[in-house]
Amino acid sequence: MKHAKTATQNACKLCNPLGACLAFRGIESCVPFLHGSQGCATYIRRYLISHYKEPIDIASSNFHEETAVFGGSHNLKIGLKNVSDQYKPHVIGVATTCLSETIGDDVPGILREYKKEFKNGTPMPILIHASTPSYQGSHIDGFHAAVRATVKTLAEKGEEQSLINLFPNMVSPADLRYLKEIFADFKAPLMLLPDYSQTMDGGPWGEYHRIPPGGTPASAIVRAGSATASIEFGSTLEASKSAAGYLAEAFDVPRHHLSLPIGIKESDKFFSLLETLTGKARPEKYEDERRRLIDAYADGHKYVFEKKVILYGEEDLVVAMTAFLSEIGMTPVLCASGGKSGLMKKRILELIPNMDELEIKVREGVDFVDIEDEAKVLKPDFLIGNSKGYTMSRKNNIPLLRLGFPIHDRFGGQRMHHLGYRGTQELFDRIVNTVIEQRQNASSIGYTYM
Amino acid sequence: MEQITILEGRQKQIFEKKKGVAQPDIACDTSSLSGSVSQRACVFCGSRVVLYPVADAIHLVHGPIGCAAYTWDIRGAVSSGPELHRLSFSTDLQEMDVIYGGEKKLYHSLIELIEQYKPKAAFIYSTCIVGLIGDDIEAVCRKVAKETGIPVLPVHSEGFKGTKKDGYKAACHALMKLIGTGAIDDISKYSINILGEFNLAGEAWIIRKYYEKMGIEVVSTLTGDGRIDAVRRAHGATLNVVQCSGSMTWLAKEMEEKYGIPYIRVSYFGIEDMSKSLYDVAKHFPDRPDIMEAAKQIVCEEVKTLYPSLQKFKKALTGKKAAIYVGGAFKTFSLIKALRSIGMSVVLAGSQTGNKDDYARLKEMCDEGTVIVDDSNPVELSKFILEKEADLLIGGVKERPIAFKLGIGFCDHNHERKIPLAGFVGMYNFALEVYQSVMSPVWQFAPRKGGTL
Repeated sequence: MKHAKTATQNACKLCNPLGACLAFRGIESCVPFLHGSQGCATYIRRYLISHYKEPIDIASSNFHEETAVFGGSHNLKIGLKNVSDQYKPHVIGVATTCLSETIGDDVPGILREYKKEFKNGTPMPILIHASTPSYQGSHIDGFHAAVRATVKTLAEKGEEQSLINLFPNMVSPADLRYLKEIFADFKAPLMLLPDYSQTMDGGPWGEYHRIPPGGTPASAIVRAGSATASIEFGSTLEASKSAAGYLAEAFDVPRHHLSLPIGIKESDKFFSLLETLTGKARPEKYEDERRRLIDAYADGHKYVFEKKVILYGEEDLVVAMTAFLSEIGMTPVLCASGGKSGLMKKRILELIPNMDELEIKVREGVDFVDIEDEAKVLKPDFLIGNSKGYTMSRKNNIPLLRLGFPIHDRFGGQRMHHLGYRGTQELFDRIVNTVIEQRQNASSIGYTYM
Repeated sequence: MEQITILEGRQKQIFEKKKGVAQPDIACDTSSLSGSVSQRACVFCGSRVVLYPVADAIHLVHGPIGCAAYTWDIRGAVSSGPELHRLSFSTDLQEMDVIYGGEKKLYHSLIELIEQYKPKAAFIYSTCIVGLIGDDIEAVCRKVAKETGIPVLPVHSEGFKGTKKDGYKAACHALMKLIGTGAIDDISKYSINILGEFNLAGEAWIIRKYYEKMGIEVVSTLTGDGRIDAVRRAHGATLNVVQCSGSMTWLAKEMEEKYGIPYIRVSYFGIEDMSKSLYDVAKHFPDRPDIMEAAKQIVCEEVKTLYPSLQKFKKALTGKKAAIYVGGAFKTFSLIKALRSIGMSVVLAGSQTGNKDDYARLKEMCDEGTVIVDDSNPVELSKFILEKEADLLIGGVKERPIAFKLGIGFCDHNHERKIPLAGFVGMYNFALEVYQSVMSPVWQFAPRKGGTL
């Protein structure tokens, strides 16, 4: 039975400040700071820790009743002072919450005042402010808002240099490491933002670290304004909301906008762009990766052809996965997201012009109960998305292939590759194995060769 | 190594037990210092924790999506029947709702959810923003209750209006509205309510079984494996047995005042406290010596099998040092005793929400040199773990990575746990978990234990 639905049930999205906190963790020596209630910081820490298994300290201005009545200025300043004293950060990334946004705190103004008032105290960290009201958009908007705010605060115009800015979107630490490896192999100078490859997936500590090592240094971000070009992943990310968009507007750094490079076609576009921008051919290593992937496609094609899949998660990830699945002959019968950019269908159509013929259905702004209702009709062979689909997967006995964020019920989500030939290879292997496992389990014979 | 210093505004909330040094009272019961990265959550969290296990009610979070998303199915509170508590409902307020008010959205959400899920009641949690935009939640709840015929209970849990403890109280306030509305004619004189037991990994079932074996009727468990009808009848019990005193003492006091039901404080962690919680209840029924006899019998039988099984762990763990940082202070007391029974000492003990009496008692219990902290943070916890050379940290998800980064064992003693740690069997599980983490050979590679970076 279909029910009227005003409430969101089992949300397929998170709130704006979460994305900002993660992005700020990708700046070297930066403490994320939420201007709002204590709970926001604590819940978000808990949520991120459950995926990344790393310490993630997020400060809070810890609103009380008086703060809500008289404004958060006093608390914010004390908080910044305490974070400066305790963490000695180089950067503090302040993101707002529904509370501070609703009472209308002028955070940029407060930060200016703070810099004046505490001039002679401890060394003044760089203060970045991102506006991330939880009643707008979802976590991915907060992520981009923080990246854009960082660039806006730090980037300066300078003599043009051989440097490429890469804004990779909300990808895994493993993906970030892979991207850095690609640039290193191209011998192309890179400004990657954010880079939480180490802060959110680092080694053991010999001594206590107030702030885990890793991240893009502020000094590198300063140079983003004089880069040759920016590359930005995320097909539904608009220039007006993005870091590369800002750099194009403010410093004429050309913005190259790509889908997340998943699948051969989209990875090719990325590598071709790198060849154009650097004037160098791609290193043999990546030709090899590509060849192995094409070979794997051939080896595995029969398992996956015309398998029906429901895809869900952040819009950019869903769009990119749709492109990948369609090139291996799988049918994403539903592409769903809790996000609501209004662009998802358009972007999928650009990548897969015959999407209607393939009966690919696209829905934005949905929750897991909506997706489950669809699943009952569409009868997919499996689900692809983050851990939060497990409830419906179990209930309806549909296998779930986990990717993206969050992965709370499996180990190693932070080490999973999604991007480029390597990431696609990993995804393809896992997809094929999901099918094989399903067949093997369903068989009464128990074949030992599949 | 660099010296880790303590923030000025935090020094009064930290204390080290030392002989011959003046012993000031630890400061507590205050709101967290801005920017100190408290491990606490907010008022909403407190309410959500307490009411979460009520399985036949819907829990609707009125606010933007985050508060509901981060609390979706996060706890190990299990149910023997309905599982509505494992779903996440939110009014998912958008900018226009913030401007024009969210009452209509709340009303429609409630009507639809009640129609769809047929719950026995509904709890409506106010979040920060609702406290600002001035939605009249009470009025909406009254209207919906009238139209649907089920209790629709507002929980005033705006995140910024106090601390987690105020959230406990707001939840208890909602429960108080239910208590007293059910029939109690058939309830035995030898009956109790179990308060502050949330049935994590089925712990309430373990405890309930002990009491039932003693011949005592358990009227209601608040709120583990909770049912609205059972809550309604809670006023029919003779005694309230309160665990997790932080969250439920207020409710016990209210019930004492309104219904004349006395209460006792207990803990189900460790052999000593578990046994005592059975004896203390038995003592309350002196006209039935068989109840005490049964309690003794249970303890005797359980300890007979448990004690020998602990010796392997004790042998391995003797001399090891533990740090404890949990939500409520009462649990800390039990953990100190439980750890001692497997040969371990405690070098750091603290809680998010302990009060003055709790800390006074903690001070008394602890060994010389033990550090006691209130509302601590990662920097302080790390400092003392390193200085005191702890081998184990007991805490929740947020504390776990601190332990692992520093190369020491960890035991999850929070609401997310999937293994029962209460009861006699729980003591075994606890010792096993501590043993498995502390004694793991993986720590040989930790840089602090001689591994290379």
